[in-house]
Amino acid sequence: MSQNIAIQAEGLTKRFGDFTAVDGISFEVQKGEIFGFLGANGAGKTTAMRMLCGLSIPTGGKATVAGFDVYRQTEQIKRNIGYMSQKFSLYEDLTVKENIRFYAGIYGKSDAFIKEKTAFLLKELHMESEGSKLVKSLPLGWKQKLAFSVAIFHEPGIVFLDEPTGGVDPVTRREFWNMIYQAAANGITVFVTTHYMDEAEYCNRVSIMVDGRIDALDTPRELKRSLQAASMDEVFLKLARKATRNAD
Amino acid sequence: MRTLKFILEKEFRQIFRDPAILRVLFIMPLIQLMILPRAADYEVKNIKLSVVDRDHSDYARKLVSKITASGYFQLDHYTASYNEAIAEVEKDKADLVLEIPAAFEKNLVKEDEATLFMAVNAINGVKANLGAAYLRTIIQDFNSQVRTEWIQFPRFSPELNIAVTSSNWFNPSMNYRLFMVPGILVVLVTMVGAFLASLNIVKEKEIGTIEQINVTPIRNYHFILGKLIPFWVLGIIVLSLGMLLARFAYDVIPVGNLLTIYVFAAVYLLAVLGLGLLLSTYTANQQQGMLLSFFMMMVFILLGGLYTSIDSMPEWAQVVTRFNPVAYFVEVMRMVILKGSSLADISRQLLVVGAFAVFLNGWAILSYKKRA
Repeated sequence: MSQNIAIQAEGLTKRFGDFTAVDGISFEVQKGEIFGFLGANGAGKTTAMRMLCGLSIPTGGKATVAGFDVYRQTEQIKRNIGYMSQKFSLYEDLTVKENIRFYAGIYGKSDAFIKEKTAFLLKELHMESEGSKLVKSLPLGWKQKLAFSVAIFHEPGIVFLDEPTGGVDPVTRREFWNMIYQAAANGITVFVTTHYMDEAEYCNRVSIMVDGRIDALDTPRELKRSLQAASMDEVFLKLARKATRNAD
Repeated sequence: MRTLKFILEKEFRQIFRDPAILRVLFIMPLIQLMILPRAADYEVKNIKLSVVDRDHSDYARKLVSKITASGYFQLDHYTASYNEAIAEVEKDKADLVLEIPAAFEKNLVKEDEATLFMAVNAINGVKANLGAAYLRTIIQDFNSQVRTEWIQFPRFSPELNIAVTSSNWFNPSMNYRLFMVPGILVVLVTMVGAFLASLNIVKEKEIGTIEQINVTPIRNYHFILGKLIPFWVLGIIVLSLGMLLARFAYDVIPVGNLLTIYVFAAVYLLAVLGLGLLLSTYTANQQQGMLLSFFMMMVFILLGGLYTSIDSMPEWAQVVTRFNPVAYFVEVMRMVILKGSSLADISRQLLVVGAFAVFLNGWAILSYKKRA
């Protein structure tokens, strides 16, 4: 396996009973790449992502994440990835600093590291004066930015973002994507799902899932060209319309 | 170890920041212990009596005044019609109907024998039973009074009497509170242990943070220990608060060793925490958790020997109580506090509850799936 590959999947499959949620998907994600993982609701994105994060054991196929096997080495995978779920996942009844301390601590970071990086991070986010405030008192956009920062606080090689910008205003979304770019520039591989097609344009490469399979995988520019579409929106509609499966 | 430290730090912060939990921890025990032992009482007072007097004699009146003077009965209605009296029962105004037949005095004096009729409103079983028993005792008493008054020198010796004197061991004055306080304490500790812990875990499920925890290197047992330890500590704190309160508000001073109680409580808490964990793995949100907890708690309390004696339950129910951890703790508390039992005396209970702890926690850990 090449040293430059962060995620590799080959025929990855997940079945629940006789329903095939993910149907033999294959792809590779390069290190430092921003990889967009698109698909309509119910297309199987979240299931695929859960398998890659070690939350769900695949029914078939092969996959490695950060060089670790998704069947046998889930604990190593967890140590080397960051994850930000669809649901807001910081503790609302803890302060900003306490959340950071908790998540950094469970990844085994030292007190000195936590202290130093927390100060740096709060400055970056312009949240120095919010450090001791309860997370529930923050506006949603700030929470999402904070959740992303916490997901990469322990400096993982790969970060998985599951619809990170749902419900966030356009300005904050833009700021959020600046943070993603910065993380990628620092060598973190970003694996992101989204329903916003303008965000898809920001990705280095995009895959589009339809009915559990990857129907298209290329750079946004190539996708638009091959499907003769003016925008990613159009690309998505052309592909997703073929879906026979009902959305959840 | 370091991971666990961070988890515990977080759990304690959250617990002590949640006013609801603090209220449950400190105010609920206070109120329950201050009110319940004073209110929940086996003694039945204020039984409402409806008298049907067809005799209107001197003796009938004497009997009625003796009954009302006992302090247990309240004369609700005094009438000559049985139907009227029964109507009072139907309206739930009377608990007991005592019918004094027409020739009561005459029969009593002439025939040396008279009959009375008693009708009991058995909707409230305890009240009906006890009321009838009290009334019977009073009537018997009245009977012997009449005898001594009339039969000055009996022609033949009256029926043989066996007088019974009894002494109440371990609770000489039959202090009801001494009996209830330890039991109520057990219920409190159980609520904290089993249900606060399970609701806490279900809450993480509900708000989705458990998903986040599952993608971190936190191991199964880290997470579970992180939940068990704080609530174990809280359980011990509540027990200590309760013991203090029992000491100062009710003068309940354990005859036995306090350490015996704590040793048992330590193991007991592990068992009920295991149950809490188990509940949390089978519930998806706090509502389900609450309902399930409520149901379990009812069964535990009613089949726990707290209010009703296990020995007088039907056999099948007694079998059920053998699987009820609350029953063991109630028993142990009473043994140690009232009787002064030692660790050796409670070793059987300790073993059983220890086995519960191993079984429940084992099951909980197996069913707590970190991965779907």
